[in-house]
Amino acid sequence: MKGFRLVPEETHWNFIGLRFLAYMFSAALIIGSIGVTMNKGLNFGIDFTGGTVIEIKTPEQPDLGALRTLLNDLALGAISIQEFGEPDDLLIRLPQQEGDEEVQQQAIADVQTALNDVFSDAGEVDYRRVEYVGPQVGAELKKQGLLAVLFSLGGILAYVWFRFEWQFGVAAVVALAHDTIAIIGLFALTQMEFNLSTVAAILMIAGYSINDTVIVFDRIRENLRKFKKMPLIELFNNSVNEMLSRTLMTSGTTLLALIALYMFGGEVIQGFVYALIFGIAVGTYSSVFVAAPILLTTGLNRGALVDDNSDKAQKPQQA
Amino acid sequence: MIQIAPWKIVLTLIICVMGFLYALPNFASVEMREKMQNSLPSWMPGKTINLGLDLRGGAHLLYEVDVALVFKEQADAMLGDVRKELRGDQVGYTRIGVLPNGVRVVLKDEADGENARKVLRRVNSNLGIETNGLEIEAVLNEVGKREIYDRTMSQSIEIVRRRIDELGTTEPVIQRQGEDRILIQAPGADAQSLKAIIGTTAKLNFHLVSGQSGAGSKNFPMAEDPTRTINVERRPLITGEMLDNASPAFQDGAPVISFRLNSTGARRFCDVTRKNVNKPFAIVLDDMVLSAPVIREAICGGQGQISGGFSVQEANDLALLLRAGALPAPMKVVEERTVGPSLGADSIAAGKKASIIGLLLVLVFMGLLYGTFGLFANVALTVNVALIFALLSGLQATLTLPGIAGIVLTIGMAVDANVLIFERIREELRVGRTPIAAIDAGYSRAMSTIIDSNLTTLIAAIILFSLGTGPIKGFAVTLGIGIVTSFFTAIMVTRLLVIFWMRKKRPTTLPV
Repeated sequence: MKGFRLVPEETHWNFIGLRFLAYMFSAALIIGSIGVTMNKGLNFGIDFTGGTVIEIKTPEQPDLGALRTLLNDLALGAISIQEFGEPDDLLIRLPQQEGDEEVQQQAIADVQTALNDVFSDAGEVDYRRVEYVGPQVGAELKKQGLLAVLFSLGGILAYVWFRFEWQFGVAAVVALAHDTIAIIGLFALTQMEFNLSTVAAILMIAGYSINDTVIVFDRIRENLRKFKKMPLIELFNNSVNEMLSRTLMTSGTTLLALIALYMFGGEVIQGFVYALIFGIAVGTYSSVFVAAPILLTTGLNRGALVDDNSDKAQKPQQA
Repeated sequence: MIQIAPWKIVLTLIICVMGFLYALPNFASVEMREKMQNSLPSWMPGKTINLGLDLRGGAHLLYEVDVALVFKEQADAMLGDVRKELRGDQVGYTRIGVLPNGVRVVLKDEADGENARKVLRRVNSNLGIETNGLEIEAVLNEVGKREIYDRTMSQSIEIVRRRIDELGTTEPVIQRQGEDRILIQAPGADAQSLKAIIGTTAKLNFHLVSGQSGAGSKNFPMAEDPTRTINVERRPLITGEMLDNASPAFQDGAPVISFRLNSTGARRFCDVTRKNVNKPFAIVLDDMVLSAPVIREAICGGQGQISGGFSVQEANDLALLLRAGALPAPMKVVEERTVGPSLGADSIAAGKKASIIGLLLVLVFMGLLYGTFGLFANVALTVNVALIFALLSGLQATLTLPGIAGIVLTIGMAVDANVLIFERIREELRVGRTPIAAIDAGYSRAMSTIIDSNLTTLIAAIILFSLGTGPIKGFAVTLGIGIVTSFFTAIMVTRLLVIFWMRKKRPTTLPV
């Protein structure tokens, strides 16, 4: 039994020839992302800002307008209520209250009392989730998240640096920054909640994107050693084409799994999965259209690679 | 490559079989599992995956202990001791007062300096002492501070544990986090009642009501009406530590707390009440006066009752708190994440459904695109999922909702290694190699790429694990385990299958 081909057996698509188009597209993407982020800002979740989120399942169809009026009459600041997946599943956000922790706890209790009263005739309110993060913990989580991103990116880059020549490292950094900025831009544009799991998603994407980039680079390096006379543009194009089937296959299976998760995995992780899906698409694009062309423009020293026969570990001796 | 050492074959098979065995309990019914656990030796598989709070429901509470208050109390106590000792040693001083974390003494005579320092060191050996003429400042040094932190925290944890145990919560996690925080994770617990029990300091004292206000007395507000205060003697007559037992009871139909004092407390209470008949004393809980009854006669049995207009629930809770003991310092919630049982159950159901559908989609996709070889990859993928469950059960790692996402993601990415190998085999076939040579080259040449790609993801997983909290950690765990198991299955398991198949079929063309 023989399998189908996702792409023709041998492709000679001129990816590198499209690089100026890709540069323009990427530049627009990056500038747009930065612009939107600066302009609209990120919708930070309570993980970072502090505050309270309460998810409830009401015993009867809630009247959102009436609920909003009722809760905002409690004078606890701007309380937002939104549907969460189903009409009787509500997500209620309380802003951080002025005052110490006791005030915060009291605010949560007040809201719960008010909700219980509203639905007391219909039955019990099911408190599916209560999350409260104090301002200090929020600040700490923010710091931790930032550290996690920096350390992971640093660790991954150190690895690429160690395994490849510096030009590869630079190209990988550019591709990585490209993907990270694009995801942040997406969150700014859609105003989806940016929380701890978003940070995890970004790190995951960083790993995946580098992974994709490294695989294309591996092939470029192999071909550089094999075809010493071939013009670089042609060689890069061949390398990308040779890996195209794999790139699409792996992105394909990963996206399939993620789409299943997006559709059936429940409301709680949808934002997280959304970020992953977008990130994998961008990561795949960037390893073909950003990382490889950038590598081409770094002035790759072919000589160093050609002398180097099997592994980078045996670098030419510097006398 | 067609040659493979027999021990490798055996080892691979053993790992696969063990993987399925250890994963099995997770899919068995509860009765089946109990039967297995009872009849099999303990090293045999029987453990199931530990579900995180977001899946099983429960409360995650992070408390901060107000250690600053303990320092203040410590300084107050030190002041009393120093004053007494200085008098005893006949060291003259003109002024004495508290500092943050210490005391300050102004001597009458500089010649007494050495004696004063000796007194200070006797009172507390962990003081940093600075002399400036007549002035001596003694504050706790790092060792002294650390000691107070450690003692306060371990006492608080002990008390919290006793209180939660009284509630009957199953397997709560109670641990210190950082300098002054306590993390409480109680599966299946209701956060509201947990907070009611933990949030109260429950410091109970009996004070004699003082006649006039002054240095030796203090005002406390009434619990019923905080605008009214009662002036009581600063030194308590009886403290909460002297309680032997406390239980809810009824008196004239109203809920009260019935208590019993230990022998020291009983003796002292008997003494003082005998001397103060017809005078009132105040029962003070957490700096609020519950009631101030008048002493009618000497109370010598060591038993008594506290009334304070409690509800039944309040009386029950307070009795519990008094039995468990007072917290050394107040604690406040700085983070709370509570998941109700319904959301947990929904998340498990959603996670299961998404994983199964994700797995099926990938299996079909691989079968369509790589034919027979795709089936080999699919067997490997199935083994991979079993191994992930086996490792999670064996290591007793906690599975969270993001952890399930990690498993689904791993399912999608696990085939990458096989894709790399199969694509390589296709390429080698195209340049005209024989099937055996192509397979050989496919595996060996794809290897360095596979290692590179797995390592970069593993780096991200390890850093997420070390810096992440709670659910994120769960994601990092499944991702990390998934990378390791998929590396093994994609390389060893498919290779084994390909070899067996080659030996049997001896194909001249490869269906890849």
